[in-house]
Amino acid sequence: MSTMTDKLQGLLDWVDERFPLTANWKAHLAEYYAPKNFNFWYFFGSLALLVLVNQIITGILLTMHYKPDASLNGSGVPVAFASVEYIMRDVPWGWLIRYMHSTGASAFFIVVYLHMFRGLLYGSHRKPRELIWIFGMLIFLMLMAEAFFGYLLPWGQMSFWGAQVIVNMFSAIPFIGPDLSLWLRGDFVVGDATLNRFFAFHVIAVPLVLVGLVAAHILALHEVGSNNPDGVEIKKHKDANGIPLDGIPFHPYYTVKDIVGVVVFLMVCSVVIFFMPEGGGYFLEYNNFIPANPLQTPQHIAPVWYFTPYYSVLRSITYPLFGLEAKFWGVIGMGAAVVIFFLLPWLDRSPVKSIRYKGPIYKTALTLFVISFAILGYLGVLPPTPGRTLVAQICSLIYFAFFILMPVYSKMDKCKPEPERVTGK
Amino acid sequence: MKKLFFALIFAPLMVCANETEVHLDKAPARDAAGLQNGAKLFVNYCLNCHSASYMRYNRLQDIGLTDQQIKDNLMFTADKVGEPMTIAMRRAEAKQWFGVPPPDLSVVSRSRTSEAGSGADWLYTYLRGFYRDESRPSGWNNVVFSNVAMPHALWQLQGEQVMGADHKLKLAKPGKLTAKEYDSAVADLVAFLQYVGEPVAQTRKQLGVYVLLFLAGFFVLAYALKREFWKDIH
Repeated sequence: MSTMTDKLQGLLDWVDERFPLTANWKAHLAEYYAPKNFNFWYFFGSLALLVLVNQIITGILLTMHYKPDASLNGSGVPVAFASVEYIMRDVPWGWLIRYMHSTGASAFFIVVYLHMFRGLLYGSHRKPRELIWIFGMLIFLMLMAEAFFGYLLPWGQMSFWGAQVIVNMFSAIPFIGPDLSLWLRGDFVVGDATLNRFFAFHVIAVPLVLVGLVAAHILALHEVGSNNPDGVEIKKHKDANGIPLDGIPFHPYYTVKDIVGVVVFLMVCSVVIFFMPEGGGYFLEYNNFIPANPLQTPQHIAPVWYFTPYYSVLRSITYPLFGLEAKFWGVIGMGAAVVIFFLLPWLDRSPVKSIRYKGPIYKTALTLFVISFAILGYLGVLPPTPGRTLVAQICSLIYFAFFILMPVYSKMDKCKPEPERVTGK
Repeated sequence: MKKLFFALIFAPLMVCANETEVHLDKAPARDAAGLQNGAKLFVNYCLNCHSASYMRYNRLQDIGLTDQQIKDNLMFTADKVGEPMTIAMRRAEAKQWFGVPPPDLSVVSRSRTSEAGSGADWLYTYLRGFYRDESRPSGWNNVVFSNVAMPHALWQLQGEQVMGADHKLKLAKPGKLTAKEYDSAVADLVAFLQYVGEPVAQTRKQLGVYVLLFLAGFFVLAYALKREFWKDIH
C-alpha cells in the first residue's frame, strides 16, 4: 500500500519539476482563501462555469450530427432544420443533448444576470476589482454574440427573421452601414453563406475567446481575492502565517458548498429539460418549429427573452435626431445600455461597497433599476403599442439614470460605517 | 412599502396586457388505441399531400404497433419499415395546385402552440372549424385559419358546415360520422400528430422523474457533506 502512495508521490514530484501542478492546485483551490461569509448570491459564478462546460460538451456532441446547410431536402425542408429534428429523433439521446444545450443557453443568461446583480449588491466591481468586472462584461458581450450566432443554427422562422432584424440594425450606421451588414451576412439576404459563417463563429471563434476571457476573469479574481457580502477586504487582517483571518480555503469548504448549489441548480434545469423543454415558449420559441421561409415574414418577431430588455431600449427610441433616423439612435441606445456597465467601477463614488452599509438612495435606485430591467424584458417579447412604447421609454430613462446619476447620488447617500471584519452571515 | 413596490411593478404591466385571441377548444387526451386510430386517419387522409418526413414508420412501435402491423395497415407508399413518412407529390406541382406546397406535419403540433392554447388545441379546433365559402378557390374556409389554402380533407366524415349570420357554425349536410364521432376521430388524429411532434415526450417525462429522484438523494448527501465540513467554521 505504502509503495503505491510512494509511487504516486514520485509521479507527482516528476510532474511538479516540469509543470506547476501542485503550485496551481494550491494557488487556485487548496490555498486560495475566500471570505467565509459568502451567501446565496455567491453560487452563480461557479454555476456559470458549470453551464459553460455543459454548453461546450453538448455543443461538441451536437456538431457531430448538425448540418449547417440552408438548401432544401427532398421533402422541401431545409437540411439544417431537418438535421436538428434528426438529432431529436434518430440520434440516441440526441433529444437530451439538444434540450440540455437549448436549456443551457437560457440558464447561462439567468445565472450570469444573477451573478452581475450580485456585483451591484455588494460592490464587487469596486477598486481593486475593476479588471475582474471588465473581463466579466467582455464575457457578457461574447455570450450575447454566442447566443445570437447559435440561435440562427436551427434555421427556423425566428432564427431566420431574428438574424435578419439584428443584422439589418447595422445598416442604420451612417455611410458604412449597408456595406457592413452585407459583409456580416455574406449575401444580400440571410442565407446559406450566413448560416455557415454563423456556425463557424458559434462553434469555434466565440467559444475560444469566451474560454480565454473566463480564464482571465478567474486569474484576476484570484490575484486580488474575492469580495464578500460585507464589502470589506479580508486581506487587511491576516494571522502570523499571512492567511486572512476571515478567509477559508476554497477547497474543500467552497467546493463542498458549491456542490449543494450545483445539485439544486441541476434539479431546476431538469424540471425544464424533462417536463417543459420549450420553457413556455421562452427557451424554444414555438415559431421556430416552422422552417425558415425567406418569403414569409412572421407577424411578430420577438427575440429570445435574454435579449428583450435591450430590444425594448432599441424600440423605445422613436424620434430622429441630428438628421439621423430613429433606428440609428435606437441601435446606439441599445449598445449604450450594454456598454454603460463597463463604466460602473468609476461611476460608483460611495464610501462603502456593500448594499448592507449603503443608504436609502442606492437601495431605491437599484430597486427601480431592477424593476425597469424586468419591465423592459417583458415588453420586448410583446408587439409594440403606443402605451407600451411609453412605458418602455420611461423604463429606459430609469435604466440610464441609474448609471448616469450614480456619481451624484452615490456620493450624497447616507451610508452606515463598514465593519472591520466580516459579519456572521 | 411592499404594496407600493407591487403597485410600481404591476401598474405598467396593466398597460401592456395582451389582447384576447381566438378561442380554442381543448383537445381531449387519448390512449394507445386512440393514437393507433389517429395513425390510420393520418395515413389515409393527410399523408397524400402532407409528409411527416422526420418520422420513421417503425418508430410507431412506440404507440403499440408491431412492424408487421405497420407494414400491413399503414404503409401505402414506402417499401421498408425504416423509411420516413414522405409523400410522392412534387412540391412544384403542389404549389401550382394549392398556391402553397402543403407543409410537412412532423412538428406542426409544436409550432402551433401559442398563448391561446397548445398546438393540439389549435389543431383540434382547426380540423373541426372548416365551413363552405364559395368565395374561396377551394370552396372552403376555416374559423381559426382564415383563407386557408387547404380544402376540407375530412369533409366526407364531418359533412359540410356553413357559417351562420350569428357567426356560429351549422352542419348543413351531414357526413358519414355523427358530430360526436367526428370530434372523437379528430381527437385521435390530433393526439397522433402531437405524438409525432415529439415521439420521445413520454419517455422524457418518465425519465425526468427518476432524474429528479436521483438528484434529491444526491442533495441529501451533498448537504450532509457540506455540514460536516463547515461545522468548524464560525
